[in-house]
Amino acid sequence: MAQLTMVEALNKALDEALREDERVCLMGQDIGVNGGVFRVTKDLQSTHGTDRVMDTPLAECGIIGTAVGMAVHGMRPVAEIQFSGFTMQAFDQIEQNMARLHNRTQGRYTVSMVMRTPFGGGIRAVEHHSESREAYWVHTPGLKCVIPSGPRNARALLRAAIECDDPVIFYEPKAVYRAFREEVPDTPETIELGQAEVFRTGSDVTLVTYGAMVRPVKEAAEDLADEHGIDAECIDLLTVSPMDTDTVTESVRRTGRCIIVHEGHRTCGVGAEVAARVTEDAFEHLVAPVRRITGFDVPFPYFQVEQHALPEADDIIEAVRDAMTWD
Amino acid sequence: MSIDPHAHTPPIERRSSHESGEVTPPPHASAFSTRAIDPGRIECLQILDEHGNVEQGMDPGFTDEQLLDVHRAMVLSRAFDSRMLTMQRQGEMGTFAPNIGQEACMIGQVWPLTKDDWFAPSYRSFGAQIWRGWSMERLMKLWAGYHEGFVPPPDVNDYPFSIVIGAQVPPAVGTAMAMRRRKEANCVVVNFGDGAFSQGAVAESLNFAAVDNAPVIFVCENNGWAISTPLTKQTRVESLAIRGMGYGVPSIRVDGNDILAMMVATRDAADRARNGEGPTLIEAVTYRMSLHTTADDPTVYRDEALVDPWQDRCPIRRFEAWLKRRGLLDGAACDRIKADCEAQVLAARDAFRESAEAKPREIFDYLYVDTTVTLERQKAEYFKRLDRKGVE
Repeated sequence: MAQLTMVEALNKALDEALREDERVCLMGQDIGVNGGVFRVTKDLQSTHGTDRVMDTPLAECGIIGTAVGMAVHGMRPVAEIQFSGFTMQAFDQIEQNMARLHNRTQGRYTVSMVMRTPFGGGIRAVEHHSESREAYWVHTPGLKCVIPSGPRNARALLRAAIECDDPVIFYEPKAVYRAFREEVPDTPETIELGQAEVFRTGSDVTLVTYGAMVRPVKEAAEDLADEHGIDAECIDLLTVSPMDTDTVTESVRRTGRCIIVHEGHRTCGVGAEVAARVTEDAFEHLVAPVRRITGFDVPFPYFQVEQHALPEADDIIEAVRDAMTWD
Repeated sequence: MSIDPHAHTPPIERRSSHESGEVTPPPHASAFSTRAIDPGRIECLQILDEHGNVEQGMDPGFTDEQLLDVHRAMVLSRAFDSRMLTMQRQGEMGTFAPNIGQEACMIGQVWPLTKDDWFAPSYRSFGAQIWRGWSMERLMKLWAGYHEGFVPPPDVNDYPFSIVIGAQVPPAVGTAMAMRRRKEANCVVVNFGDGAFSQGAVAESLNFAAVDNAPVIFVCENNGWAISTPLTKQTRVESLAIRGMGYGVPSIRVDGNDILAMMVATRDAADRARNGEGPTLIEAVTYRMSLHTTADDPTVYRDEALVDPWQDRCPIRRFEAWLKRRGLLDGAACDRIKADCEAQVLAARDAFRESAEAKPREIFDYLYVDTTVTLERQKAEYFKRLDRKGVE
């Protein structure tokens, strides 16, 4: 067991995959000698060579498009897009080929590849470096979208994503990259994709979240228990597509209340889908309206004000207390 | 013979076609050469002139069998085109993109490929797809709206054609990058048009291929038109081939209506790719004689007089003239081949009519390798709808 940051845990997962499966290769901007701008691929090029850990030209559409072609010809590329804000240049290839080629060829070709990219706010970055656009990938048939929240599940989920035969968008919450360390086992482990995790059990309210928002949710749940005697159940979705809402609705049937917390824009966001499914599947158990605490429908604010726009523990506490007294 | 990017040849005359929107045919090369474009010194490979003559010393020496095979493939492509147009007009076919007049490009670009090579077509590529082993019956299904028409036949390493302009190009390069890493002596041909060359994805692809030294052949089929947009509104450059030089990709402009030139250029490019010499760009200059698609009416935007000169540059007619002069064909043989091809197309049509079957219950089946609970539930809901409607 080693105490690792998320960056180190992701590096470990990539190194393991490169060692165990000769089909795996990494590609992206500055991932070689530089080890990636966040150092997730540190030292991997010197260990595995320039053909397997490729510094690519600065062109996101080209990175994803060529990764698709490599996957079709039997490799398992893991492509890094430096920031999720730059994935828009690759949208063409994600939508037209990465997500579709398996379907278009009725399974003749598979696109077993991963697009890794850091997302989310909270690191005082310049414009286009703090977006949370996971809803795009959830809305695109053919993709899977995975979002870890800590070092240990990041390593296990990335291994699972690389082993997955379907194309996976792997969204890394960069606010968590170096925020804390966690014990990560030396032996490889994976987490099944599409499986949410109940990280705190409770009976009064169900809090649903993922990524960097797991921490304020955890903080809120502890405060609610300590200060207000409210027992919150907390769920980390881990995979937002496919979305494991059975775990959510099972919980809501017991608690009768559901609050969803994420950084991404509210309208047609992941929270909207969770709310819809809870309403469809657990309507008769609800004792309060489903609430969303999310990013607003504005471009991600410039960093002098971002701390006001990101959901925080106090917002969650207030929403839970409202839900507890709703009638 | 190789493509030498440093070769110097006299510049061709500047085209004065920017006003008319017309693409003039490339001139006759003064010497047999596949030398690459030197910016400002645009040369063009032509072996077979418009009258079906090959100059002394320029005969590339293909075997009779090779020549007759590609001739037949061109005739078959045109017969298919003509039948598809009829079927579309009779309501039996969806919107369809004819490629009449582009048969030499079609067949020439895939002619040197083996089964282990890959081809990534655009949607005006069916002649090439037939050559590669796609049955006409399958291609009819494709255009008639049956999903299985998009699936490459079991022994054919091809991408399905791309509807989104230029979107097929980056994956084609990626496949070539994988070939190089897997140490395979194979190559990829990717086909796109003059309109597609305005897409960023195509530019990025040329760069990736060059940097990675990937074994890929870019065939830009410059037919002068992107629906209603003439080449002159697409670009200010004299020749699209010069763009390759900007990426360090050896490039050549070829008379795309000259099957011999297309065969030579593609064969040389494939040899380079297999020998580890990396990518090549071939600009094949041809003309869209017919409609963009069957939903298009070119009389709205194109003076049909512009098309007339291209009738004389017909790739099949000039090739036949030469084959006749060589004693490989005569008028009767040409008629017989044409009739054979038409019969083959009709047989494919009958097989298509026989086997085409809409399969509404399959729409969920090929999305994921590991399907999802969400999809399984939506599928159950959809099946209930089909049951209610009495749809099998």
